[in-house]
Amino acid sequence: MELVSPGLGLIFWMVVTFGIVFFILKKFAWPSIMQALDEREHHIEEALRAADIAHEEMKKLKLDNELLLKEAKEERDIIMSEARKIRDKMLEEARIKANSEADRIVESAKERIENERKAAMTEIKNQIAKISIDIAEKILREKLQDTKAQHDYIERAIEDKHLN
Amino acid sequence: MAIKKGKKALSFGVSLVFMLLTIGLQPAFANEAIQEEHPFEPEFNAGKMIIEHIIDSYEWHIATVGDKHISVPLPVILYDDGTFHFFMSSKFHHGQSSYKGFEIAHEGSSKGKIVKKVEDGTFVRPYDFSITKNAFALFVSSTLMIIIFLSVSKAYKRTRKHAPKGIQSIVEPVIVFIRDEVARTSIGEKHYQRFLPYLLTVFFFIFFNNLLGLIPIFPLGANITGNLAITGVLAFFTFLMTSLKGNKNYWAHIFNTPGVPWWLKLPLPLMPIIEIVGMFTKPFVLMVRLFANITAGHIIILGFISLIFVFGKVNIFAGYGMSILSITLAIFINFLELLVAFIQAYVFTLLSAIYFGMAVEEHSHEEQHH
Repeated sequence: MELVSPGLGLIFWMVVTFGIVFFILKKFAWPSIMQALDEREHHIEEALRAADIAHEEMKKLKLDNELLLKEAKEERDIIMSEARKIRDKMLEEARIKANSEADRIVESAKERIENERKAAMTEIKNQIAKISIDIAEKILREKLQDTKAQHDYIERAIEDKHLN
Repeated sequence: MAIKKGKKALSFGVSLVFMLLTIGLQPAFANEAIQEEHPFEPEFNAGKMIIEHIIDSYEWHIATVGDKHISVPLPVILYDDGTFHFFMSSKFHHGQSSYKGFEIAHEGSSKGKIVKKVEDGTFVRPYDFSITKNAFALFVSSTLMIIIFLSVSKAYKRTRKHAPKGIQSIVEPVIVFIRDEVARTSIGEKHYQRFLPYLLTVFFFIFFNNLLGLIPIFPLGANITGNLAITGVLAFFTFLMTSLKGNKNYWAHIFNTPGVPWWLKLPLPLMPIIEIVGMFTKPFVLMVRLFANITAGHIIILGFISLIFVFGKVNIFAGYGMSILSITLAIFINFLELLVAFIQAYVFTLLSAIYFGMAVEEHSHEEQHH
């Protein structure tokens, strides 16, 4: 029976003690503990969310970078191919120009050579004419030394004139 | 005669050696060595020894060496015929003598309690507010609890958003567990914060006293949570809170239970009667469960230890032999009791939370229609 008959005194002390413990803990311990726990949980949650966002952003940034890189590469390729085209065109043009220039030079050279040749021919003709006259003069002078010869000649010349 | 007495002293000396050997291992036993009501009674009465260990007493008995009792006297406070009496329990000389007309009853319905002999030869019981062993142990454990949680609270103010340290990190998972798994799930998001301080206090109060009851060193090791007065007060607080915080739905559920046929309520109010009885059986079960579980644990451990002395009385070597088995089993039970200490605290708290949840539930009648 002793085991199951609670003592009045112990009930009294238990009510008092538990009441005091409950009061003190409720007033001074639990609120600050719960508040700190809540605060920390929020803090951790926010930190995790922020990390997630940062991660997501990094991913996006990386993707952007890759895209940018790809675009840059493409642009480079385009620029390169264009440059090659321009170069080719320039080379072609230069060759054509050079060819035509060369043709022109050759042409003018030919012309000049022709002119020179013609001039030379004229000179030679003149010289020959002069030399011929000189020789004819000399011959005439030789032939017309005596008066008879001079007569003959004049006669022949008049005859020629008459004939014409 | 002298030889016989010497032999007895020797055998008690052996018992004491055993007691000292097992002091670290045998909680309930060690701080309360075998006790003899009569120095001339040669028998070792295991049942009596066990009961004496688990019930409350006016002095804190530590050991008996030969015929001498070593115990810590505790204050006796009595209120009788309009006057208070204060004195130490040592005035009773371990229950052997009376003081100021008061004595400790040895038999009858008030056995073990302080009684006063009146003129016609019968005994009456004065109002007894003595600081008994359990009350004293209660003060010790409560002081310890307050110190620990105030320091934890201070630690939280200091660490704030940082990781917990020391005792803080031991109690934090339990606090979070009570908050999330007990209060939140049983009471609901809306109301749980109102009951959380009570649930946390009750949980740690029971858990602390369960654990301290297993530590066999003087100011600890009393069978606090294995006492009906203690568990009864705890259950009463739960009952009080359930009834005071109960909302309209809760009382409607009791007096006009929805979803049952009308003839169960009129003309004979069967359902209301059942519900009202249920209001009281719930805390009653809380009280008995905790008391029975903790007391049973102590009884089993003490029973194993008693076996050593029962065998030792037959043959001293049988006692030695038995001690190995007994201690092994008692250690095993001790580990089990560590688990029980937590489980019982958890069960009490969980059921309290469920009752609070019922008291503040808001849509109970709508659920019936689904």
